[in-house]
Amino acid sequence: MKTPLLFILAAAAVVLASQAPAPAVLAGEIQGLRAFDSPGDGGESVTLEWEGGPSTLVSIMRSESSGGPFEEVGTTIGTDGAYEDYVEEGRPYYYRLSYRIGDQDYVTAPVGPVAARSNWFRSYRLNALVLAVLMFSLVIYYINAAKRGKDLYIRRISGISAIDEAVGRATEMGKKIIYIPGIMSISDIQTIASLSILSHVAKQTAVYGADIEVPNKDPLTFTAARETVKQAYMEAGRPDQFREDMVTYITYDQFAYAAAVSGKMVRERPATNFLIGYFFAESLILAETGQSTGAIQIAGTAAPTQLPFFVTTCDYTLMGEELYAASAYLSKEPILLGSIKAQDIAKALIIVTILVGIVAYFFGSTVIRNLLASR
Amino acid sequence: MRRTIPLVITFLIGLYPIFAFFVPHGSISGANDWLDSALVIVAAFALPLGTVNVVMTNTTKLKRKSRGWQYSIVLLAGLTVMAFYGLVGGTGVHPSFQWMFVNMVSPLQATMFALLSFYVASAAYRAFRARNVEATILLIAAIIVMMGRIPFGDMMTRGMMTPLSEWIMSIPNAAAQRGIIIGAALGAASMSIRIILGIETTYLGTGKD
Repeated sequence: MKTPLLFILAAAAVVLASQAPAPAVLAGEIQGLRAFDSPGDGGESVTLEWEGGPSTLVSIMRSESSGGPFEEVGTTIGTDGAYEDYVEEGRPYYYRLSYRIGDQDYVTAPVGPVAARSNWFRSYRLNALVLAVLMFSLVIYYINAAKRGKDLYIRRISGISAIDEAVGRATEMGKKIIYIPGIMSISDIQTIASLSILSHVAKQTAVYGADIEVPNKDPLTFTAARETVKQAYMEAGRPDQFREDMVTYITYDQFAYAAAVSGKMVRERPATNFLIGYFFAESLILAETGQSTGAIQIAGTAAPTQLPFFVTTCDYTLMGEELYAASAYLSKEPILLGSIKAQDIAKALIIVTILVGIVAYFFGSTVIRNLLASR
Repeated sequence: MRRTIPLVITFLIGLYPIFAFFVPHGSISGANDWLDSALVIVAAFALPLGTVNVVMTNTTKLKRKSRGWQYSIVLLAGLTVMAFYGLVGGTGVHPSFQWMFVNMVSPLQATMFALLSFYVASAAYRAFRARNVEATILLIAAIIVMMGRIPFGDMMTRGMMTPLSEWIMSIPNAAAQRGIIIGAALGAASMSIRIILGIETTYLGTGKD
C-alpha cells in the first residue's frame, strides 16, 4: 500500500510544482542579454541587445576574458534595450551590464566571446541598392530609346529658356555678365552642374561678343571654370576673345568672397548675374546686391534653405532638379534628354509609392514605410 | 586620348564610392577613405594657383590703373602682411597674426554676416507685397510663423500662434521641402549617371576629340 501512496504523492508534487508560478521577475530587471557582431558594418562594432531594463542608466562593461576585469565602455538608458559598442576588429570581447534598481545593485552574467568582423554587404541598404539599380536601368533604357529616335517630351523650364535672353540683354547694353558658380568645390555635384551651364553661357558670350566674369571662391572650381570657359570660346570659334582675367580667384573665405563680389556688382553694374551652384548664407547678400543694381538675375541651386532667398530676389530660379536638367536641356542632345525623361519616370514612381504608403498607413500597415526606411 | 583618359578615370573613380556605399568591408572602405584624402591634397595644390591668380589680377589692375585700383593696394598689402606673419609663426601662431585675425579679419566677417539681417528685411518686404493670391498666402503664412516665434504673438492671441506656426513649419513647409529634396536627389543621381557613363562631358572643358 505504501508504494502506490508514495507514488501518488510524488506525482502530485510534480504536478503542483509544474503549475507553480515561475520566479517573479523584478520590474526593470535585465534579461536575455546577448552580444553579436553588428550586421552589415565594416567590422567596427558589436551590438548588445536585452529585454526589460530600468529606466535609469545602465553601464556597459567590457572585458577581454570572461573572468574580467570588466571596465565601463559606455552607458545607456536601460529601457533602450540595445547598445552599439565600437571595438577593434577581430578581437574577442565579453560583456555584462551593471545597473541599479532602487537601492540594490545588479550585474548580469557575462556574455561572449564576440568579435566584430568586416561584412561584404550592408544589408540595411538593400532598398537603396534596388532604387539605384532601377534608376540606372531607367536612364540606360531612355538613353537607348532616344538613340533609336523616340520623341521625348520634356516640359519647358522658363529659367533655362531665359539664359540666352539674359546674355542677349547684356550684349545689347554693352555691360558685363557675372557668373557665380557657388562656393563649393568641384567634388560637389551642384558645382559640376553649374560648370555645365557655364559652358553654354560662355559659348553664348563668345558668339555675341559679350563680356563675362567668373569670380571663384574654391581653387579647384576656379581651375575647372577657367578650362570650361576657355574651351567654350574655342568651340564657339573665338579663342582670341578669351582672356585669363575672365575667370578669377577671389578668396577662400565665405564672407570676404561675398564682400568682393558684391563690391564688383555695385561698382561695375553688370547687366546679368548668374548665381548657379551650391550656396550658403552669402546667397542673399549676393542676390540682393545684384537686385539693387538692376541686373537681370538667374539663380539655380538644390539647397532648399537658400531657395527662398533666390525666389525672392532673382528673376528666374532653377529649383533642385531643374539645375541638374539644365545642361541636358540646353544641349538638346537626345541622349542627354533621355536621362531627364528617366528622372521624371523615377519621380513618378516615387510619388506613387509615397501615395500607396500613405493609404497603407491609414489602414494600419507600415510595410511601405519600413521598405523605404534608411539608416 | 585627351578626352578618353579623363573619362576612364571619371568612370572608375565615380563608380568606386557607389560600390563602397554598399560594401563596408575594410579592404574597400580603406581605398574610399584614401580617395577622400586625395581630394584634400589636390585642393591644397590648387590653392597656390588661386593665390597666384589673385596677385596677378590685382597687379595688372594696378599697372593699368583700372577702375577701383586703390582696392587692389589694400588687398595686396593685406595678403602680404598676413602671409608674412603666418609664415614667420611657423607651425604656431605669431602674436601679430593673431592680433590681425582677432581685430581685423573676425570683425569684418561678423560685419558681413550682420548685414544679412538688413538684406532679409528688404527681401521680405518685396516678397510679402500682396500682389496676387500666392503672395497673399505667403504673407499670411509668414505673419503667423513670425508671430508664433515670439512671446508677443502668443500673448496677443492667447497661445494660438505657436501651435499654428509649428503646424505650418512641420506640415506644409516640410512637405514642400521634401518634394524639392526628392526631386533634387533624383536629378543629382541622373546627372551622376550621365557623368560616370561619359555622356555629360561639358564640365571637363576638353571638348570633343
